[in-house]
Formats: sequence, C-alpha cells, structure tokens
Amino acid sequence: MSEVSLAVNGRTVTGTVEDRTLLVHFLRENLGLTGTHVGCDTSQCGACVVHVDGKAVKSCTMLAVQASGSTITTIEGLADGADLHPMQAAFREHHGLQCGFCTPGMIMTATDMVRRHPEGLDEATVRAELEGNICRCTGYHNIVKAILAASQTMQRADGAAQAA
Amino acid sequence: MGIEGIGARVVRKEDKRFITGGGRYVDDMVVPGMKHAAFVRSPYAHAEIDNIDLSKAKAMPGVIGILTGKELKADGIGNLICGWMIHSKDGTPMKMGAWSPLAVDKVRYVGDAVLIVVADTKSQARDAAEAVEITYKELDAVTQAADALLPGAPQIHAEAEDNLIFDWDLGDAAATEAAFARATNVVSLDIVNNRLVPNAMEPRAALGQYDKAEDHYTCWTTSQNPHVARLVMSAFYNVAPENKLRVIAPDVGGGFGSKIYIYPEEIVCLWASKKTGVPVKWVADRTESFLTDAHGRDHTTTAKMAFDQDHRILGLKVETKANLGAYMSLFSSATPTYLYATLLSGQYNIPAIHANVKAIYTNTAPVDAYRGAGRPEATFVLERLMETAARQLGVSPPELRRKNFVTSFPHQTPVIMCYDAGNFAASLDAALQEADYAGFGQRRAEAKTRGRLRGIGMSCYIEACGIAPSAAVGSLGAGVGLWESAEVRVNAVGTIEVLTGSHSHGQGHETTFAQLVSDRFGIPMEQVSIIHGDTDKVQMGMGTYGSRSGAVGMSAIVKALDKVEAKAKKIAAHMLEADESDIVIEDGALKVAGTDKTIPWFQVALAAYTAHNLPQGMEPGLKEGAFYDPSNFTFPAGCYICEVEIDPDTGKTAIVQFVAADDFGNIINPMIVEGQVHGGLAQGIGQALLEGTSYDTASGQLVTASYMDYTMPRADDLPSFLVSTTVTPCPGNPLGIKGCGEAGAIGSPPAVMNAITDALGHENITMPATPHKVWAAAMNH
Repeated sequence: MSEVSLAVNGRTVTGTVEDRTLLVHFLRENLGLTGTHVGCDTSQCGACVVHVDGKAVKSCTMLAVQASGSTITTIEGLADGADLHPMQAAFREHHGLQCGFCTPGMIMTATDMVRRHPEGLDEATVRAELEGNICRCTGYHNIVKAILAASQTMQRADGAAQAA
Repeated sequence: MGIEGIGARVVRKEDKRFITGGGRYVDDMVVPGMKHAAFVRSPYAHAEIDNIDLSKAKAMPGVIGILTGKELKADGIGNLICGWMIHSKDGTPMKMGAWSPLAVDKVRYVGDAVLIVVADTKSQARDAAEAVEITYKELDAVTQAADALLPGAPQIHAEAEDNLIFDWDLGDAAATEAAFARATNVVSLDIVNNRLVPNAMEPRAALGQYDKAEDHYTCWTTSQNPHVARLVMSAFYNVAPENKLRVIAPDVGGGFGSKIYIYPEEIVCLWASKKTGVPVKWVADRTESFLTDAHGRDHTTTAKMAFDQDHRILGLKVETKANLGAYMSLFSSATPTYLYATLLSGQYNIPAIHANVKAIYTNTAPVDAYRGAGRPEATFVLERLMETAARQLGVSPPELRRKNFVTSFPHQTPVIMCYDAGNFAASLDAALQEADYAGFGQRRAEAKTRGRLRGIGMSCYIEACGIAPSAAVGSLGAGVGLWESAEVRVNAVGTIEVLTGSHSHGQGHETTFAQLVSDRFGIPMEQVSIIHGDTDKVQMGMGTYGSRSGAVGMSAIVKALDKVEAKAKKIAAHMLEADESDIVIEDGALKVAGTDKTIPWFQVALAAYTAHNLPQGMEPGLKEGAFYDPSNFTFPAGCYICEVEIDPDTGKTAIVQFVAADDFGNIINPMIVEGQVHGGLAQGIGQALLEGTSYDTASGQLVTASYMDYTMPRADDLPSFLVSTTVTPCPGNPLGIKGCGEAGAIGSPPAVMNAITDALGHENITMPATPHKVWAAAMNH
C-alpha cells in the first residue's frame, strides 16, 4: 500500500492505495469522480483522459502513485463554476455527443489539443489528433465541428486576455 | 414550428450532465455494502468440464463467495431462451440448444461463463478468479457456418443435429424458377457479410441487490429495454416474480442492439446477491465485451438476379447461411429471417423472390441484431447485385435502379412487406446532384494523373422500422408484442412528466420527446421531464431498438397527449363558460377561439387538482396513459453515394466524399436525426473498410478481442458527411415519421464496396476492404 497526495480540481486529496491502483480507479472509486470513464483497459479508447499537470493523459495508463504530487483536472473540474468551458459548450451546441460515454475524454483531449496548437486547428489536424479517442455514436462529424468552433472561441478569449 | 417545437433544431436537454461528468452509468452506481464480481470463463471454444477445484481460490483475500452452474441449476434458475420461434420449411420448430447462465458440464465458445467469484474489491475478485482450477477435456471446435454443416463437424448441441437450427424459406420458389427460365440476363454474386462486434463504448455491467427483509431484487443494468429484461428474468429465468424485481437502466453508453438481450451476467449477479447476502456488481472489461457481447451479421450468401431484355428485374434467388454462434441469443432467429429476407425487394419491383436461410451453430459468440439487423445484410445483397448488374449490362447504375423503382404505393412485395409510401426517385436525384455524379469522370481522370484509382458507388436502400403490428409479429413467431406505452402526468402547477417505455442510450429522447409536449401545449421544454428506464416508474414498455422510439414510442406519447388535451379543454371550457369545441391551445394558454377569453395552462392544471370547479362528474387530476400499437412498419429509404480514392502502392482507401440523402418522413429535431445518420454511416463504413472479427478456425480463439486487434473507425478514417433529407410523410402514424437510427449502417456498406470495386475494375473483394486486401486486389488486375 502507498500514500498518495495530489491536487484534484483545486482540492488537495490524500489516500492509501494498493501499489497497482490506476489513477482512473483512484479518481472514480476513492474520490467518487465518476465522470472519467473506463472504456477499454488498453489505453486505446481515451474515455479516461484527464489533465495531469496541464497535459492530457490516459488515466488508465498511469498508476495513482505515479500521479502523487501532481495537479489533476477531471471533467468535473473543467467548468468555471456554473459557466461551461467553451469546449463543453461547443460539444453541446454542435451535438458532439450522443450516449455521452466517450465525451469526458473527448473534451479533455480536445482542450489539450487547442492548447498545443496556438497556431489554430484545421479539420485534418483535429481528425489526426483524435487518434487516441474512440466514439461509436457520432461518426466524429460533430465532434470535429465542436472542436473547431471551440478552438476559435478559446483563441479569441486568449487574445482578449492578452490584450487586457 | 415554435423555437422548441416539432422540427426545431433544439440542443439537447440531457447534454448538461454528460459534458460536466454528471452522467450516471451502471459502473458509477454505489450501494451500501456493495461487493465486486469476476466471471471465470472458458478458455476453450469447445470442451467438457471435467473438474472444478475451488480450494485455492476460496482461500484468497477478500473472497466472499464462489458460485457454480450446478448451484445455479439447483436453485432453479432457468436457461436463456430465444424469444422468436422460427419454423423450418418442413414445418419443424427451430432446434434450440440449452444455454445455462453458468455452464454446467460443457462449454461452447471462448468466453462462456463457468462461475462467478464475489470479493471485497474488483482486484480481489479477479485474483481469486485466476486461482480457480478447472480441468477441461478439449473437443474439436468449428467457427465457420459452412464448416459446421459438413459431415463429421463437431456437434455443438445435442438438440440440433448437424448444427442446423433451422432451414427456412420465404417467397415463391416455383414462380422464381419460372422467372429465371425466361430471363435474358442473370447476374450472380457470392457475398460475405462480415461478422462485427458492436462495441458500445460503455462495456456491459450489472449490479444486483437482494433485499432480504422485503424479499425483493433490484438490478441496475446496461439495457436498451429494462422492462423486457424484467419480464424475461421473471417469466423464464425464475430470478423473481415481476413484482419482486425492479430493473433500472440508467444512463447507458450506447447499445446498437447489443444491449437488447438479457445476458447471463445480470441473472447471475442477482442470484449471487441473494446467495452471498451482499449487493454484487460486475463490469465487463473490453476483452470480455469482445468475447461475450452478441456479435452482428456473419452471413455467407449466394444471390442471383434475373433481368429481361429491357433490364427489368424478373426475379431474385438468395441462399444464405447465417452463423448464430454457440447459443441462440434473445432475438437471434428473427434477424436473419423476418428482418432480412422481407427486405429483399429493396426499392424495386421484383415480381418473384425466393430466399432460403440456414441458421447454424458454431463455437463462437452468439450472434444477434446489431444496428440494422438483417436489413444491412439484405441491402448489401441487393445493392451489390444492382451495381454489378449495371456494369455487366453496360448501363448506368442510377438509371438501372430508376427503371426498376417502385413508384406507386401502397406496394405489396412478394416477401410480406407492404410499403406504405416513398419517393425513391427524389432521394436518388438529391444524392446524384449533391455528389456531382455527372462530373465523376473528370475527377477520376484527374486522380489517375496522381496515380490514384478513383471509384464511385451507390446504394439505394429501404428498411423497415418500428416493427409491428403486435398481432402480425406474433403470427410470425415473436414472443412479445411490439407496441409502446406512455403516460403524461401534468403536475398541479402545469409542469409535465412524461413516462415512456422507450429507452434512450444516446438517441436524445429527453429532448425530442419534450419537443412534442412543448409543441402541443406551448410550454417551455424546461418544464417537461422525460422519465424512462426504471420498471418502478414506468409501468411497462418494450424499449429502444429497430429505430422504433420515434415511430412507436412518440406515437404513444401523442396518444396520451391527445387525452390530456381533451380533458384540459373540457376544464377550460367549463371555467371560461364556453363550448369545448371552441377551445384552442396557443402559447401556453387555453383560449376561446375568436375572443379575448383565455386561461393560462398552469391554471387549468391547478384547477384539475384543486377540483373546486370541475365539470359535473369529472374525476380530479390531469394524467393520462396510452398504449400505441402501430398498424404497419415504417419504411425509411434513401440513396447513398460514396467516392473513394485508392493508393495502389499501399492499398489504402480514402473516402473522399460521402453523400447521404434520406427520407425519414417528418422530422422532430433535424440536429439529432443528422447525428444518427453520421453515426450509422461511421459504423457502415467501419464494416466496409476496417472491422473484421477473426476467430482462429482451428482453436476457436477470438483473435480480434481488443482495440489493438479490432479496427474501430477513428476520426481520421472518416470524412465529414454530406447529409440531407427528402420528406415523404409516413401515413401510418400520427406524426408522419419513420425511423432514422439504423439507415446509415444499412445503406453505406454497399455504397463503399461499389465504389471500391468500381475503382478496382472487378468485383472480387470482401469486407472489410483492408489495405492488404485492396493492395492484393489492385495488384492482381
């Protein structure tokens, strides 16, 4: 058993976990943050993506003990209070989800994608970057639309923040 | 159309919880004292169980109980059944082998459940499952349907001699022979419809809770139809009487058919909860899902079409072998029969059709309905034949189709279906224009200069949704009726709850169903809640599959709304001292037409519940229920055109354009309908290009049992789609709607394969057209 301590969605949390406990299980079972999903167990589907120290990580691929000391954001921590994150709002506006199971991972991947592409995104880049996230419902059509739209909103917001 | 009414592109009410991590799926459920289960499954495709040694496993940390098939049988838990009786052409009933939820003395496919381990944690349950020692006597296995029929093939069930479940016929054999005898041209194809794994992103899960004090069971399960689950678990599997069994299907992460069926795991978790005294949760890992979710398709077919000298179709002959796997899943017998051969007339006038279907046991996962269910297989047969015929006859593929279209309705086909309405030329023309079909030659020539093989292919599909009426499906062998129920509860302040027997697992019912209510009474959608998926709340329902929730589920809601409206109008007429026939509902108020006399909706609701001033003899309250049994199927139809470019050096196929022109009748929410089409297209394109389910023919091992091995469509495998609709309202239901959930998966595989064969210049390639196959096919010609 190991002690872990990490900051999750702005709150410091500690716990005692088996050494083999995966980060996703720690989030879901110890912290009750069930928005992060397990879809494949082999790091293919991306339903478990969270941000670890600001970067998108498949939380089924990381041990909880490896994440100790890190700052984690899950889908539950993405919105700013009652205000949806622009990526969440865009997924809703553009019907980028159906059953909702892959959605948290998609949104966490997509926000990281925008961060890594300050030059902006085009359709081909979005599609290539979604290699690690599988959706069975939407055919990706509206997910791609949502990410492109949110990317523009986020860049405008960044620009406004810098200008101010 | 109001901003939230019928036809409006309303964003979904349910999205808020899904985009913020607030969805509630079965694996998110926690109940006090809950423990975790792991199943021990057969590693062999076919074997006898010699001995089970639990001594080591029982001593493992955290183990609460380990239960076997013998104990399950001793407690009287029943075998799983197939709920649709098919009779062979000689009149004998289908030969259903026994399927025990936990195998007792024999296992028949890799993944067959043998026992359940319950432990404090999921890891402990898995560790203990690893420590179970079972000795098997391995038997020869067979995975391919044709091989299973060969003399000397392994015998899988004693009940089904030669592994043949049924040998079924539809249509007029003699008339079809006669049609072929006078044909000028006959086109033949051997067709493989590849086995698919549904792969809903949420793995199947079950949480069983037995309440000893009340002698009552609750089951949270990933189901598309919780009421059917309760019915079957009660009536056939003897888990508990219906009044002692509550089934809840909360948020469900996709189904595509695979979550219609009642599987061993939910039965065993409920039973194990009683045996061990703790609530028992099981969640499949992805490989368990690959191994044990009901698979789809797996047909091999020989098809022949006869034409006269004017290129009119004279007849169609189809012989199909359908691989049903190791056990007959709940609706497995209906899929390759009444959901398949009845669609073999397609959009065409075909005077004579004869189909023969042999359903066959093999040592593979059970096969049942998967998005489209029989209709994709029928469409693939027909549309590959039509395209091939056009090429062989030297005529234009769209014009050969157009010449043979059904143009007057109702149209009785020779294979049971009676098409109520349609306009096939309209969707064909819409697709041709959108695809710039006429300009294809130029694009092909341009691609050639870049060393690419460009091809174009189309598919004109028709399908049948909202399977019905109950009396008709009953006469064809269905064990259930296929109506739907609804209850509209108006609260005292005018807000509304609609209880529906449909179940949403991605389809957006909480939005579209609320649009109906908003449209009817002019109240905001936020004042309408849609309740589904809980047998304690909704009295009875048949669930969601076969694109039935619009045509059947919403029609039930309309019926209930009619009754609510009638009563509300009576109350308003009484309060406004007007004649009932003069009352209209507009903008959230009941008005006397042509006057300024009006009363808000909420006041009518309040009046119904205060009951201070109701018409003489009227019962208080404003709540109405309805059951709707459709009079016919609905018949969505459309035309899909796919354009591909093949790199002959690598065999990589790129879909450069995909056009879908569908006729779904009237549409409640176009945004949601388009989303359904996109998803269906991705699954159909996945079948055509990527998804191959591979069993090792010698050992019966599933070789493609993870996302490392089974190619799911990714974003960069697909283009953005060009979708549009034409509208021919369905005359059979009050909304004039058809179904849109499966069309994409039905119409797209032949369009893709027609494009690839066009690019290659020959027909000799099977799905999935992987780069390796395409490269080999390009090299060999």
